[in-house]
Amino acid sequence: MDNRSMKGWLYLLPAILFLGFFMVYPLIDVFIYSFEEGYNSASQTYYGVGAYNYAYVLHDPYFLQAVKNTFILVAITVPLSTGLALLISLGLSSIEKLRNLFQTVYFLPYVTNTLAVGLVFMILFKKTPYTDGLINLVLGWFRVSPIDFIDGPYWAKMLVLCTYTVWVVMPFKILVLTSALASVNDTYYKAARVDGTTRSRIFFRITLPLISPTVFYLIITGFIGAFKAYSDAVALFGTNLNAAEMNTIVGYVYDMLYGDSGGYPSFASAAAIILFVIVLTITCINLLVSRKHVHY
Amino acid sequence: MGKFMDFEKIERRARTGARVRNTIVYALLALWALVVLFPFYWMILTSLKSYSAYNAEYIPQLFTLSPTLQNYMEAFTAVPLAQYFINTLIFTIITTAVMMVVTVLAAYAFARLDFPGRNIAFVIFLSLMMIPNELVIITNFVTITNLDLRNTFLGLILPSVTSVFYIYLLKENFAQVPDELYYAAKVDATSDMKYLWKVMIPICRPTIVTIAILKVIECWNSYVWPRLITDDQSYFLVSNGIQEIRENGFGRENVPAMMAAVVAISIPLIVLFLIFHKKIMAGVARGGTKG
Amino acid sequence: MKIVLEHLTKRFPGRGKNAPDVIAVNDFTFEIPDGKLVGLLGPSGCGKSTVLNLISGLHKVSDGKVYFDGEDVTKLPAEHRGVGIVFQNYALYPHLTVEKNIMFPMENFKGDKRLSKQEMQSRALEAAKLVQIDALMDRKPAELSGGQQQRVAIARALVKRPRVLLMDEPLSNLDARLRLQTREEIRRIQRETKITTVFVTHDQEEAMSISDMIVVMKDGVLQQIGKPQQVYDSPANLFVAKFLGTPPINVFHGRICGGMLYAGQDAILTAKGVPDQEVYAAVRPEGFILDEQGPLRCMLQGVEVMGRDVSVVAGHPALESTQLRAIIPSTSRVDDEAEAVRFSIVPEKTLLFAKDTELRIDAQLA
Repeated sequence: MDNRSMKGWLYLLPAILFLGFFMVYPLIDVFIYSFEEGYNSASQTYYGVGAYNYAYVLHDPYFLQAVKNTFILVAITVPLSTGLALLISLGLSSIEKLRNLFQTVYFLPYVTNTLAVGLVFMILFKKTPYTDGLINLVLGWFRVSPIDFIDGPYWAKMLVLCTYTVWVVMPFKILVLTSALASVNDTYYKAARVDGTTRSRIFFRITLPLISPTVFYLIITGFIGAFKAYSDAVALFGTNLNAAEMNTIVGYVYDMLYGDSGGYPSFASAAAIILFVIVLTITCINLLVSRKHVHY
Repeated sequence: MGKFMDFEKIERRARTGARVRNTIVYALLALWALVVLFPFYWMILTSLKSYSAYNAEYIPQLFTLSPTLQNYMEAFTAVPLAQYFINTLIFTIITTAVMMVVTVLAAYAFARLDFPGRNIAFVIFLSLMMIPNELVIITNFVTITNLDLRNTFLGLILPSVTSVFYIYLLKENFAQVPDELYYAAKVDATSDMKYLWKVMIPICRPTIVTIAILKVIECWNSYVWPRLITDDQSYFLVSNGIQEIRENGFGRENVPAMMAAVVAISIPLIVLFLIFHKKIMAGVARGGTKG
Repeated sequence: MKIVLEHLTKRFPGRGKNAPDVIAVNDFTFEIPDGKLVGLLGPSGCGKSTVLNLISGLHKVSDGKVYFDGEDVTKLPAEHRGVGIVFQNYALYPHLTVEKNIMFPMENFKGDKRLSKQEMQSRALEAAKLVQIDALMDRKPAELSGGQQQRVAIARALVKRPRVLLMDEPLSNLDARLRLQTREEIRRIQRETKITTVFVTHDQEEAMSISDMIVVMKDGVLQQIGKPQQVYDSPANLFVAKFLGTPPINVFHGRICGGMLYAGQDAILTAKGVPDQEVYAAVRPEGFILDEQGPLRCMLQGVEVMGRDVSVVAGHPALESTQLRAIIPSTSRVDDEAEAVRFSIVPEKTLLFAKDTELRIDAQLA
């Protein structure tokens, strides 16, 4: 190898080392783990190869609960947050005064610590013997009797989790949609206006098709992100998510790896790969659908 | 003629419509701003209420007339919050610094140097962007445990350094610097390292700063990896610290002190954001995703 | 439809605090007769596009009135004015086919104007045939050339049978050859449809060649209205004279003294009916005749042979610019080695402007 190509690889070397050691090797290894039966992390031994880990995980009621939770979370938060973000971005792009201020405020949750603000949400929703919490106070105005959102019924906990997840993902979506809307050439709107096009028709026939690539991008990344939900749930319900019936697939993986029920990298690997397959499948479906609906 | 007879009515209707629409839009936007800001208000407010005053409120009060800084004292003395801060600071600075070096070198190699295998290497790098962290974290956990690096900064930092996306972002920016500059520098016998340091980095400084800020945010908020790799409180980062405070807390359920801790760990990033909000938002709009 | 603009003024708020308002259009009054093709002409930034936007209703009028056929439409929103616009970048919806693009305006019809799908399609086809793009109905805009996109934009503007057609720099995005062809096309379409048409351009040749009437603007102020040839022959002021014609008119610092017009020291023409004064004497490039006895003595700088004509570039001490350019038939011989060249001046191609007001002075030149 001559001097010049040596230099190229030399500049790349640190990145290759880090990525190789902490990304490529683990990627291969996780598949191996997932097929090694009865792996013991202390002695680093196993006694067989097969699909037992997958079978175990798929029959584990905690895993099934986690899958159920994750799917509910995805099904609710992705459409809700995308729709809401679209509405807010449309509002933002139709005003001039205070626009920058609103934009900056809306982005604030992006830079805050998920765990820390989650704690605030918990306090707001929590019902204790001493107080019903602020949310229950507000609900009381509408004659709703107090609900324990944190330790109460399943639907109430799910509601809080969805609310917080939407709150956390909104900044990114609003920002991306606002810049997509801003990049639509103004003359399209002028042309539509002199033709007497109604506002709803302008939105559905012009704006939405023109920003459809961005919307699909957000839906796809939204699905991927929501499937990986974990920190938000921990922030609201604590680290013992299984007990709270609020575990997610990623939470299950980490619990298997380390934590109260931990020490099983094989089960964790199997669960992680199942998650990966689910996400991959959904992403492919998304891409196929978007190819049909994104027109240019 | 008749077509325009009622045009005054049309005109009036259009004006009223615009005003009503405007009012609704502003009301909606203000409502969402309230939803966004309220948790921040609530945590600051609660952190200023005294323990006894807070616990005496069966109906939560929206303001306090006797603010106290007692909770902040408590947060920094009863739990090792200062330690969490220092840990996070060390972790954030070293991780970001190492990542910047790795990223700049790799981006330069891809953008400017010409060597066999470059394109295929770049494609492999790009495909690594799609690998979810959840898949690789398992082996990393086992690796770090086996290397006996649990509860060390090395163990915290090493797997957090790499970020393929930032290499890609910077490479794109480097590639925009005109080739002529490079040839001119070569003619003047400038070394690659000097060219990178004296020309490329100054020209692309906005992007580099953006990447560094985004990485700092990511580090400051990282939770999952530190949680897996540390169980010794003296190595906890702020996220883990908050979780620890929440679960084992101040010996009793001391919500105001908890909120004081939450405010304290949120402030550095909010200040960073207020200073750099344009850069951060532009950087994220170019394709960043959370964490 | 006849359009009347009365004392039309448009102010934009200045940028920054305490910045004065920018007056884009200042006290504009003119009348566009029914069925004519009118060119709004001026250098870029002179407010001509703003005038177009005021006619269409896309901008709100600050002062003054707009009348369509005698009706005051000043405050009528754009969508109720019945105007068709061809935008500079065409504004074709990229996700819709040519046919869908042309049908788009008709889909907005309400009440008894509503059309069935068949009617819309047949009207779209009719409009497409008019601009000769009926073979491209299923293409997307990205698959069309610039000229074809332009035609689609015209078809889309015409399909709803607007009372007036407005075009903003319709030719500026086309290459030179296509521009010539398209401007004839616009003229033809306008003749066939007899629709009142206003188009904006900064290219005086374009405006002169196809308009029934041109309107010359500068800094938001109307300079002159008239038939192209009439404006060219008798410009109201020095700006209009300079703006129309390629190569541009040659301006001398001149003087009228004792019935003679002087350019510097050279007495170039006799001038009657005007008192003695300082003037600008402007001579069209075709107003120079090569003449060894001619009164205008110039320093020869170069000769450019352009086939049919010869362009003589020369200097003169009284010139307002650095050089003058005369166009003479290629049959005349110029010795390009010579240092000096002499011209006699054609009185009909010479215009006088007052030194202070820059308005044209009527004089009998010979």
